[in-house]
Formats: sequence, C-alpha cells, structure tokens
Amino acid sequence: MALLIAIPILGSLAILQSSMISRFTLLHGTADLVMLTLIAWALQKRVQTAWQWSIIGGLAMNITSAIPLGVPVISYAVTTGMALVLRRRVWQVPILAMFLVTFTGTLISQGITLLVLRLTGSNINIIQALNIVTLPSILMNLLFAIPVYALVSELADWLYPEEIEV
Amino acid sequence: MSFSRSLQSIVFFLIILGIVGLALGGYLTPLSRILLNPVVSAQTWIATRYQAVQSFIQAPQDTIRLRQRNTDLEAEVSRLQAQVIELQQRISETSILSALVDFARANPEYSYQAAAVIGYDTSPFLRYVLINRGSDQGLRRGMPVVTQQGLVGRIAAVTSSAARVQLITDTTSTVNVRLDPSGAQAVLNGQITGDVSLEMIPQDTTIEVGDLVLTSGLGGSYPPNLLVGQVSSVRSQAQDLFQRASVQTAVDFSQLEIVLVITNFTPVDIQPLLPEQGTP
Repeated sequence: MALLIAIPILGSLAILQSSMISRFTLLHGTADLVMLTLIAWALQKRVQTAWQWSIIGGLAMNITSAIPLGVPVISYAVTTGMALVLRRRVWQVPILAMFLVTFTGTLISQGITLLVLRLTGSNINIIQALNIVTLPSILMNLLFAIPVYALVSELADWLYPEEIEV
Repeated sequence: MSFSRSLQSIVFFLIILGIVGLALGGYLTPLSRILLNPVVSAQTWIATRYQAVQSFIQAPQDTIRLRQRNTDLEAEVSRLQAQVIELQQRISETSILSALVDFARANPEYSYQAAAVIGYDTSPFLRYVLINRGSDQGLRRGMPVVTQQGLVGRIAAVTSSAARVQLITDTTSTVNVRLDPSGAQAVLNGQITGDVSLEMIPQDTTIEVGDLVLTSGLGGSYPPNLLVGQVSSVRSQAQDLFQRASVQTAVDFSQLEIVLVITNFTPVDIQPLLPEQGTP
C-alpha cells in the first residue's frame, strides 16, 4: 500500500512541479517538492519504503525533465540515505533533521546535476549557478520544508498507524 | 297619515342633502376631524401591534427564505465570475492565436502546427518547455519552434502526444545567426541567467546596439531569417580574437503560452561531416 501510493503521489507532485512550481522562481532557483516529500517521508519513524520512494520520485522527475537519465534517481537516493542516517541519530527533533537534510540535500542534488551537465558539454559557470540557482533554491526549499513535513507526517500516520499495546 | 310620512321623508332627504352639501363645502371638516382622529389613532395602534406580531411569527420563515435566496445569488455570482474568467482567458488565447495566424500569413513558406505550453523543465539549470503536440501530429525531433515574436527553440524529444522544446536560452543551445544590417555571422549561446549572448563576432565587424539578430541557416539546424532579437550591448577588447554582445530576445520566455512548430523544415545532421578528433 505504502509503495503503491507513491506512484500517484510522486507522479502528481512531478506534474505540479513542472506546471506550477517551476514558474515560481527566486532569481533562478525553485523549490523541489518531490525532493522535500522524499526527505520528509524518509524521516518518518515507521516508514520502511524510503528507498523505493526515492527511485519512483527520481523516475517521475526524469519524465518531466531533460536532465540525463538516472541523475534525479541518484541524487534523490543520496538525499534519502542522508535522511535515513539522520533519522537514527537525531530522531527526537525531526524538524531540525528536515531542515538539515533539505539544506544539504539541495546542495548535493544540484551539485550532482551540475556536475553531470558540465560533463555532458554544458557551459554553466559554477559560481554563477551557485549564486543564482542553488542558494535561492535552498531558501525556497527551506520555506516549503515545514508544510511538506506536516503533510507527509499525516500521510505516514494514516498509512502506518501507531500500534497500541493492550 | 300618508302626508305626514311624506313630509318626514322630505325633511329627512333635505337634512341628508344639507349634510352632504355642508360636507362638500368643507364645513364639516373640523367636526369629522374631531370624530375620526380617535378612530384613526386606535386603528393605527392596533395595526402596528398586529404587524409587529405578524413579523415576529413570520420572521424565521423570511430569514430562511432570504438565506436561501442569498445562497442562490452567491452561487450565481460565482458562476458568472467563473464565466468572466473563462471568457477573459479565451480573449487572451484568441489574441495570441490571431497574432500567430498573422505571423503564419506573413511567412507562407512554412507549414505550422500550433501547440500549447503545458510545463517547464523541473531542473532550474535547464531551459526546456513541454508542449501538448507530438509525433501523432507530425512533430519530429529538431523542428524549429517560433512565436509571432520570433525564435523560441527547437524540439529536443518527442512522444506520441507531447514534445520537449529546448529554448534558445538553454546553456547547451547554440544558434548560428547573422546580424542585420552588417551581415556579420555569429554564434548565439544560452546562459544560466536565462539571457543569450553573441560570440565569435569578427573584430573587424562593426556592430551597434539595436542591430537585428536573425538566424543564418548555417549548420542546418534552423531555417534562415527567423528573428531572434536585438543587440543590447557590445563588448569589444583589442586583445580578444572576437567581439561579444548581449542580445535582448524578441520572445518573452516567461510568458510562453502558445507556440508554432515549423513542420516542413527538416534539420540537416552535419555530424558525420565533421572531422573526428585526432584525424588530420
């Protein structure tokens, strides 16, 4: 169930990202709803399908982007791995972990994308990209982090109800 | 006996006639006022109390009816507002389509397929848009995409019902252009900032702000003479091999809604003709 529901949720988010969120830019940076959802999902205590969600999310983003095949899957998998590590270490303060992973996840995700684009012949200036794309994207993602975390928590509580010992 | 009765009738009739005459003459007004005022006051008092009681009894029904009416009217207002928005959208689309038709008429040598922009690339490093026409409508990879304002880009990937268009502002986009009126050849490259810049302009060429930038057709990727924009600034240094310039694009890429795909232009793949690296 938790795995099947990932397809419509992440598919819808990718469509929303392409049709709406990509138009709301700060300089040239945008929020990445799919990545935020994956981070928030991976930080939920009882969730066991974080890796599968990251693959589905990466594939959904690959459909709506001209980015080389597999890059979103790799960058989302790295971000998810980081979220899972932090979940074990700072599980008492999930919001702090959410901010931390959002910040570093955006850096890593866009760093991988930038690296691959440079290797495939794009003439992107890295300093310029950092200033007008990555830093504004981090800010946008941090703004969206709390509402996304709240929504994903509700979803996780619904899919993984807490067991009560009688 | 009968005379007496007749006399009574005549007297009665005369009295009535006299009273009517006095009333018509206005002589009875003070008297009628004295008599009618208490009656009118009493009737007013009773009518007022009756209406108050009636309002009190009927008020809940009226409130329900008014609320129902209010709900109906609000629904009607919402429906009309939605209709207004839809009509405004249609007017906007019609004006865009009208401009595109004008462009198509002005350039009859090409065949066009109109398409709506349905999405933007989700990566902030790339400048691509998705359009709602694909191979089922005859679109192929490499076909140029324009609007009534000028060149937009070219199709980079196609599915049966959609296509991905690489904008000329993408960092991997390269367009061979010529400047008007100088006729100088140059290369137009996209920037991460969403702007475009001209490179490889020979040093001996005189270019000025405001010069038109048109596709040259060299390389076979784009047809010639499509408007790209105007030169907005020139950077020329004596030690450089080439001049550089910034270009203000004719198309506003943040407002792309409907585009035209030129369907009768087949891009030429010159890749096999290019010398491989390492070969003399």
